Amino acid sequence: MESQVQLKRLTEDTLSASLSGSWKLGDDLPTAEDFERQVDAEPGVRRISFDTTELTIWDSTLLIFLMAIYKFCTGKGIQLEAGGLPEGARRLLQLATAVPERAGARKEFKREPFFAMVGGSATSFYRSLVEMLDFLGQSTIALLRFLTGKASFRRSDLSLLLQESGAQALPIVSLISLLVGLILGFVGAIQLRLFGAEIFVADIVAIAMVRVMGAIMTGIIMAGRTGAAFAAQIGTMQVNEEIDAMKTLGVSPVEFLVLPRMVALIVMMPLLCVYADLMGILGGVIVGVGMLGLNPIEYLNRTQEALTLTTFGIGLFHSAVFGVLVAMAGCLRGMQCGRSASDVGYAATSAVVTSIISIIVATAIITFMCEVLGI
Amino acid sequence: MTPVPEIIVKDLDMGYGDFVLMRDLNFTVHRGDIFIVMGGSGCGKSTLLKILVGLKEPSRGQVLYGDVSFWEIDPADREKMMRRFGILYQSGALWSSMTLAENVALPLEQYTNLEPKQIREIVSLKLSLVGLAGFEDFFPSEISGGMRKRAGLARAMALDPDILFFDEPSAGLDPVSAKMLDDLILELRESLGSTVVVVTHELASIFAIATNSVYLDVDSRTMTALGDPKTLRDESPNPNVHKFLTRGEEG
Repeated sequence: MESQVQLKRLTEDTLSASLSGSWKLGDDLPTAEDFERQVDAEPGVRRISFDTTELTIWDSTLLIFLMAIYKFCTGKGIQLEAGGLPEGARRLLQLATAVPERAGARKEFKREPFFAMVGGSATSFYRSLVEMLDFLGQSTIALLRFLTGKASFRRSDLSLLLQESGAQALPIVSLISLLVGLILGFVGAIQLRLFGAEIFVADIVAIAMVRVMGAIMTGIIMAGRTGAAFAAQIGTMQVNEEIDAMKTLGVSPVEFLVLPRMVALIVMMPLLCVYADLMGILGGVIVGVGMLGLNPIEYLNRTQEALTLTTFGIGLFHSAVFGVLVAMAGCLRGMQCGRSASDVGYAATSAVVTSIISIIVATAIITFMCEVLGI
Repeated sequence: MTPVPEIIVKDLDMGYGDFVLMRDLNFTVHRGDIFIVMGGSGCGKSTLLKILVGLKEPSRGQVLYGDVSFWEIDPADREKMMRRFGILYQSGALWSSMTLAENVALPLEQYTNLEPKQIREIVSLKLSLVGLAGFEDFFPSEISGGMRKRAGLARAMALDPDILFFDEPSAGLDPVSAKMLDDLILELRESLGSTVVVVTHELASIFAIATNSVYLDVDSRTMTALGDPKTLRDESPNPNVHKFLTRGEEG
């Protein structure tokens, strides 16, 4: 049977709406607007009653229809007589209309004026700057307390972190720095071949790797691998109120959580960097010996001549700075983390972005300083 | 014996930024009280708890512990005062990378000079007080929610605090475990003489343990009732308080 609604005038001011057929989701149903138009066409209606003897089956669709009519009728001052509706529908309708919509409960989205937006972002930038400086100060104090042996944290945490951010990073550091060495070798080889100066591939690879590339590559690997992990770990603790529990028990989260992570990365980054340098040079050897047909001994001698202790020292300095930056970015974003699952994801992403940006900026500053100092 | 005031809240406003959550809170928690902070969801019960334990600054007003204004002293002194508190967080908030024993032991290692052996003994005692004897080497993720809550209580009791704070102790617990926790709270108050502040909206717990309470009303944004919840249920003229305490079934 077709689902439809028909209006019939019962008395002077009463209409009867007879609903028939199946009123289920997906059925071809008359709309509330049609119904309202029909009611509007009848003059002097004060009351509408229902007849549902022909109604076979119904679900929420019927209720939605009835709710729309209810709203329409309340607006027009027409009385609805629910008596003829199926028992269940009547009760649900009553339930849905029992609590009136709370004024102001609906969220309104207002477009902020331009200047308010600019002002808002400026103040929030200022606040984040203050937060960052505050965190920097706290971590510095914690580090000083560590150096004087006064900081309280668990030695076992530190050992675990040393292992996680050191030994366990070796495979990926090997792969990446070997390939970077290889790439540098290739790029150099193509140019140098034009002049028959293939042997200088050794210089290019050695100096580039040891001076900056080894440090930068380990920095970026550790930002993605360890910095993000720090942020996620600390962020999750924030969500679980674990950091609150530390604060109220007087355990400093900075000393307990941030300090061991910072120490682990400051110790491990230079070591990883030395290892990355070696792997990079090995990559150069593969190009030099395998592709250009250079003598391995000759290649290594050339490498040795090209490298000075200063170059090596600058590389190590880079990596120690990056260690601090990656650890700080990871821990800072973790501590700033909000209270939901998506906040943890955001903290991890933001930690990686912050680390990589600060690594690149720091490299630029250090390179410039070396230039000025003439080293 | 005249009751000794332990916590006095004076003209307290609390909120986030410009938004005022509750204003003009005034009440006193006496030593040995089991004081309930109750109210509907979202009324700011947990925020009030955060202010009382030192995690969030009030917008206005004072929290006095004895005669010390908690939010006006030096942060370092405040931290010292916080050691007198034991707090059970809603989810237990155990440190997930540590075993139960390590969780309970950490505050002891921080603030006492006890030998590792003595600390181990205290830890076992506290864990057995909450019915978790033998679970020393379990990680929080390996035990059930109710057990985690009890372990959180063991950690809160580690330093024999003067004041115990509970944030929704029975939330997420089955009725029997909730009852056990209530009995434990009563027992602790009896035997240790601690003052207990409980944030909850579980009526069964409220009537079972409370000696005094405050009702935070979400509509009028302030407290609308103060007193023993049983008396409030029978005598409060405020319809919201009455409705809350009778589950809206009467009147």
